Amino acid sequence: MSTNWVNKKLAGWGRYPVVEMLCARPQSPSELRQALADRGADSVLAFGLGRSYGDVGLLRHGKAILTERLDRMLAFDPESGWLRCEAGVGLAEIIKVFLPRGFFPPVVPGTQFVTVGGALANNIHGKNHHVDGCWGDHVRRVELLTASGEIVFCDKDHEPELFWATVGGLGLTGLVLSMEIRLTPVHSPHIDMETVRVNHLDEFFEVSAASADFTHTVSWIDCAKRGLKMGRGVFMRGRHAAADATLEKSPLTGVLDLVKSFADGRPFESNLLLNKLTIKAFNEAYFRIHPAGTHRSIADLHGFFFPLDAVDNWNYAYGSRGFLQYQIAVPHDPEHRVMREVLRRVSDTGMASFLAVIKEFGDQQHGGLSFPIPGVTLALDFPNYGPALFALLDTLDALVVEAGGRVYLGKDARLSRQHFRIMYPEWERWRAVRDRWDPNGVFKSELGKRLGLVD
Amino acid sequence: MSVLILGATSSIARAVAEQYAKLGHSLFIAARDAAEAERIASDIAIRFDTIAKSAAFDATAFDTHLDFVDSVESQLGELSVAVVAFGAMGDQGESEGDFAAAKRVIDINYTGAVSLCEALASRFEPRKRGALIGIASVAGDRGRASNYFYGSAKGAFALYLQGLRNRLHKANVTVTTVKLGFVDTRMTFGIETKLPIASPEATAQAIVNAQRRGADTLYYPQFWWGIMGIIKAIPERVFKKLSL
Repeated sequence: MSTNWVNKKLAGWGRYPVVEMLCARPQSPSELRQALADRGADSVLAFGLGRSYGDVGLLRHGKAILTERLDRMLAFDPESGWLRCEAGVGLAEIIKVFLPRGFFPPVVPGTQFVTVGGALANNIHGKNHHVDGCWGDHVRRVELLTASGEIVFCDKDHEPELFWATVGGLGLTGLVLSMEIRLTPVHSPHIDMETVRVNHLDEFFEVSAASADFTHTVSWIDCAKRGLKMGRGVFMRGRHAAADATLEKSPLTGVLDLVKSFADGRPFESNLLLNKLTIKAFNEAYFRIHPAGTHRSIADLHGFFFPLDAVDNWNYAYGSRGFLQYQIAVPHDPEHRVMREVLRRVSDTGMASFLAVIKEFGDQQHGGLSFPIPGVTLALDFPNYGPALFALLDTLDALVVEAGGRVYLGKDARLSRQHFRIMYPEWERWRAVRDRWDPNGVFKSELGKRLGLVD
Repeated sequence: MSVLILGATSSIARAVAEQYAKLGHSLFIAARDAAEAERIASDIAIRFDTIAKSAAFDATAFDTHLDFVDSVESQLGELSVAVVAFGAMGDQGESEGDFAAAKRVIDINYTGAVSLCEALASRFEPRKRGALIGIASVAGDRGRASNYFYGSAKGAFALYLQGLRNRLHKANVTVTTVKLGFVDTRMTFGIETKLPIASPEATAQAIVNAQRRGADTLYYPQFWWGIMGIIKAIPERVFKKLSL
C-alpha cells in the first residue's frame, strides 16, 4: 500500500515557528521504508514528541515521518540494563516500565516527554552531565535507515564516523529504526536531594564547586535580579536515593502543588499572561518558597527531574506568539564575565525570562554538533517579543562567540549561519560525513538549511 | 489465562493485547507478518513482564486454521479468550473492476474470520468455557457505494457471530461482536471529520470490559449505535440516492 500523507501544522515546544508539513505515521519498519520510498521529490525529517523548541524538527514544504507509533521495546537484558527499542519510544514509557524494576534512563532532560530518537538526534544532557555525559555515551547499535534506503548499524565500533555524525546529528543522517540504551540501575524511585538558596552568582559557583559528589545538580536563578542580587536562586543537588528511603515533604512539594493546580496550560493561552510583572512575581515567590540555607529531603523523582510535566501544554501559557528558549554554554572563567554580561543585558532590556536555569557541565568532549562543552550552561525562556528579542539574542550570540561558547541547536529558532560556524568548529567535518551518506539531500530541516548543514 | 490475538498489527488489536497483558494474561500474537508479530510480542513481554509468543498466520489459508489454533494452545496452554481482529479494507474501485480483488476482501474479512472462529469454537464448545471477540464494523450495518465489498463482508461476519453466539450460549462460551466507528488508526489517519476520534487505548479498554461482562454487541464510541440507528432507518428509496 502506498503511504498516506496528511497535511498538518507542526511546531516545536516553543510554538514558533509553525510549519505545514505532509506527515506519514508508519507503524512498522516496512511502512517507514515505504514512506521514505514514497517521498517523491521532497526532503524528509523525523518528528517525535515535538519537545525540541525551535525549528530543528521542522521543514517547510517537506515531509514529516511521525515516529509516535514506532514505539516497540524489542529486547531487555536485566543483567546488563541494555534495552533495545524503536525510535518513537518515549522516556516516560521507559520510566513507567523500568523504574519499578530498578532501572532509570542514563540521561533525562527537563521533561520525560521526549523520544529516544529525539534524545539521540539532540544528544541530550541532564542534571548528571558532569558525571554521566550525554545520551549518546550510553547508546550502541543504532539501526539507521539511510538516504539510499540501506539499513546500517552504527556505534563506536561499527561505522564510527556515521555514529559520530548521528549522535547530536539533528536527524539529518537518516531515520533511526532502533537503538540500544544502557539503563542505569537505581535502588529507589526517589531522590535524596538538597536545596541550597544562593544569594548571588558567585555563591552559585561556590555551591556548584562544593557539589561534586552529587550525581545530579542544577540551579534555578531569578534573572530579574540585578546588581548585588544578580544570579540569586535555588541550587538543587541530589542522587538516586537508597533502597529504604521514604518520601518526605520538601520545598519542592509546595511548588509542585502550586504547579499541579493547573492541569492544562491551554485554557491559559494568552499573550498577556506572562509579562514582566507576573514573571517577576513568580520568581520572587519561587525564591521565598525555599527556606534559607540548605534543606535536605527525600523527594519524588518526577518532581525533581520533570517539575513542569505536571501541567500539560504549559507552553500555551506564553500565548499564540509562542516563546523562544535560549540556551548557551561558555567555557569556565574565574570572573564569569559572559554570564554576568548576559544576565545584565537581559535585565536591562526588561525582557524578563520566566524560567532561568544554570548548570556547570563536566569536562567531557562530545564533538560533532553536540552542545555541551566544559563550562557553564544557562537556559532562558522568553515570550516571543518579536524583533526586539531577536535583536537582543543576536547581541548575546556575539558575546557567546567571543567567549568561545555556543548556542544549543535543539532549542534554537534564529541563530545566524556566521555565528554557528564559529560556535561549532567541527561543522565542516560533520557536513562532509553527512554528505557522504546523503549526497542528494534526502534529509533536511529548517534549522539545517538556515545554518548551512544542508543545502 | 491465555489470550490469542489474530491480526495484531492493527493499532486496536495491539492495544487490546496490552489490556489483557495488564490484567496478567499470557498473550499469543498472530499476524500476517511474522517479524511484526514478533516485535509486538517482544514489546508486550517487556512492558508487562508477561509471556508473549508470536507466529505468522494466513487468514485465507483456511485448511491450516484448526492446526494453527492447536499449535497456539500447545505452546501457551488452553485459551480463555480469542480476538479475531484482522481485516482488510481493500480498494472499492479495484474490487469493482476485478473480482479477484473483491474475493480477496471477502475471503479475509468473512470466510477467513469464519474459518478461524469455527476452529476456535470447536475447541471451546466441548470444554464449555472460553470467550470469542469478533471485530466487525459499523460499515457492515448498511451497504454503501463507497465500500460495499468490505461492508458486506463485515456485515456478514456480524451476522455469523450472532448465529455462533446463539449456538455457543448453551456451552457457556461468550461471543462479543464489536462494531467500531472512528478510531485513531492507519485507516482513519488524516480523515477530516467533526466526529470525535477514539484512541486505540480507550477502544481496547471498552472491548475488554465488554468481553469481561459477557456483552453481546459493543458499539464504540458508543454514539455510533445512535448514528447507525439513524442510518439504518433511512428508507432505501431515499438512501440509494445519497452519497454517504
